[in-house]
Amino acid sequence: MSAVVAEHDDHHDHGPAKGLLRWVITTNHKDIGTLYLLFALAMFFVGGAMAMVIRAELFEPGMQFVNPQFFNSMTTMHALVMVFGAVMPAFVGLANWMIPMMIGAPDMALPRMNNMSFWLLVAGVLLLASTLFMEGGAPASGWTLYPPLVLQTGKALPFAIFSVHLLGISSIMGAINIIATIFNMRAPGMTLMKMPMFVWTWLITAFLLIAIMPVFAGAVTMLLTDKFFATSFFDAAGGGDPVLYQHIFWFFGHPEVYVMILPTFGVASTIIPVFARKPLFGYSSMVHATAAIAFLSFIVWAHHMFTVGMPIAGELYFMYATMLIAIPTGVKVFNWTATMWKGSMTFETPMLFSIAFVVLFTMGGFTGLMMSVAPADFQYHDTYFIVAHFHYTLVPASIFILMAAGYFWLPKWTGHMYDERIGKLHFWLSVISVNVLFFPQHFLGLAGMPRRIPDYAVQFADWNMISSIGGFIFGASQLLFLYIVIHTIKGGTGEKVTSEVWEDAAKHSLEWTLPSPPPYHTFTTPPTVIPTEHI
Amino acid sequence: MNESVTKKNANLVRLLVFVVLGMFGFGYALVPLYDVLCEVTGLNGKVESSAIKEVGYEVDKNREITVEFMTALNEATPMVFRPEMKKIKVHPGEYYTVNFYAENKTDKVMVARAIPSISPGAVAEFFKKTECFCFSEQTFKAREGRTMPVRFVVNPEIPKEYKTITLAYTFFDNTETSVK
Repeated sequence: MSAVVAEHDDHHDHGPAKGLLRWVITTNHKDIGTLYLLFALAMFFVGGAMAMVIRAELFEPGMQFVNPQFFNSMTTMHALVMVFGAVMPAFVGLANWMIPMMIGAPDMALPRMNNMSFWLLVAGVLLLASTLFMEGGAPASGWTLYPPLVLQTGKALPFAIFSVHLLGISSIMGAINIIATIFNMRAPGMTLMKMPMFVWTWLITAFLLIAIMPVFAGAVTMLLTDKFFATSFFDAAGGGDPVLYQHIFWFFGHPEVYVMILPTFGVASTIIPVFARKPLFGYSSMVHATAAIAFLSFIVWAHHMFTVGMPIAGELYFMYATMLIAIPTGVKVFNWTATMWKGSMTFETPMLFSIAFVVLFTMGGFTGLMMSVAPADFQYHDTYFIVAHFHYTLVPASIFILMAAGYFWLPKWTGHMYDERIGKLHFWLSVISVNVLFFPQHFLGLAGMPRRIPDYAVQFADWNMISSIGGFIFGASQLLFLYIVIHTIKGGTGEKVTSEVWEDAAKHSLEWTLPSPPPYHTFTTPPTVIPTEHI
Repeated sequence: MNESVTKKNANLVRLLVFVVLGMFGFGYALVPLYDVLCEVTGLNGKVESSAIKEVGYEVDKNREITVEFMTALNEATPMVFRPEMKKIKVHPGEYYTVNFYAENKTDKVMVARAIPSISPGAVAEFFKKTECFCFSEQTFKAREGRTMPVRFVVNPEIPKEYKTITLAYTFFDNTETSVK
């Protein structure tokens, strides 16, 4: 492989542009991947700081630090920043870095659009952040932006809506780019059913994105015209219906949660076989399960609105359809477990995070199954139980897997080894504190504590204090990850990193056949040998 | 990147952009689809927004259903609004007229719209109105108060388990947004 790279450098010879402008004008998939990942990391800390405000306010009953309006702005902005600023961009960053290297392509299919989608993301998030400083404050209606409440937002409303438009356009461009790359840029011999699982999950996610982001853009545009141009989509006075917004929103919103979890599944399916030293168990069933989950995600949306007064037939349909999702998801959990079964496992940091993901995501999945039962959901709806549920599927699932991906590929990206001791410390602090943080919220929810309220009855005091303590430890532990990223970029442990980094990794995927760090341009000549260990 | 890949990319992007535009349109198409679904099934307590012709039903004297009336004002609608009676016992198939009183408390002309809702939602399709002030916007002169009738019938085909129907009206001040 190195011969190919050297030959390439002879007759092209253009590395990155000099200076800071490199990062503004770059069209290189590795540069853009890095930009996405660093931006997502920054937003992870911004959204995390907002979560710390929430947990500080909830540390004790009564009002402590912030007024209720600002508290509600914090819950809203925490969610929007984490979803659109941290988790989604982080996975797009991984896609940018890894997909071309995994399928043997020289770059993404549409490099200039790639640059534009990143900078639109930055513009969108800045616009969103600017609403914090506007008259009337940032949106405080929850991330779902339900009318009529959201229409009471002050000056910030149009800015928040345009920010959603920008973020939507950015995601759609990213998704189109990923689909074009996977369909048209694969190396000869890299058939669809030989692609690594991460590529497969992103292909399906990209289709979800182009199907749902325009619907969300439409929904918020209706909010905009309802507020400023006298339309009545959701305004009862003009014959509209606020429940209509909930239907449109969740038609977007339910697939959206799979946008955040499917690439998570992809990374887990990539990491676990490497450290179990076995091929992935049930590759084709993994592909089909992913597609099945994506399909089902479009026909279950009203399980978010069991309490709006649907007829029994509707409740039953959405209940059973939702329960069906447990089957393909169960297939996946079974396959990861079977992959580890009798494997020669070692427990480096990426594997630790991945195992924690399998266990804790399954717990989040089970509470989801509980809430799919419509009559039971009337008790859980809008309580801390749902907060506990989706945080289990996002924090020790998506976020843990993003951490795992960071540890797994940092040596490849930088050519330096991270400090394993600090990595393990980061893992153990995170995995314990995340449970101290979120597990008590199940109890709070079952006992009836409503979400998105800054004050609570005194019987909830103990578990809230424990949850907040877990939150502070979890938040502080993430600074270790920041340290590790900076430390590794600057040289890490100084240990020499091979192209494979992990034992026999090159059998699983093409990126491990490239040097660490990979040269600026890779696979300008397609690879000839396609790894098939993962199949 | 060779020319054929560039061409394939361009074609694929064109197709995907078309999908994106289609889905944007689909979001808007959900609005009429939602209304159609509500009307066909009578879900969501949505009631007919125009009068039906008076048809003769066979009156079921053996059955009594209580119809309750509720009135509400949307936030910052300066009106008085009340039903003449809180509830009435009706026989399915028989026509009844109930009066509502509404008054403009401001010194300006007001255009207001009453939005009806029926509970439980599933009975909406059996509750028929031949006359209602909610079918159009109502214009009130300054300080004007007036009595407005609602004439209705409960279709005798209404399932046996329903013994109480609640009819609720909310008045919205549409003076600012009315197109009149």
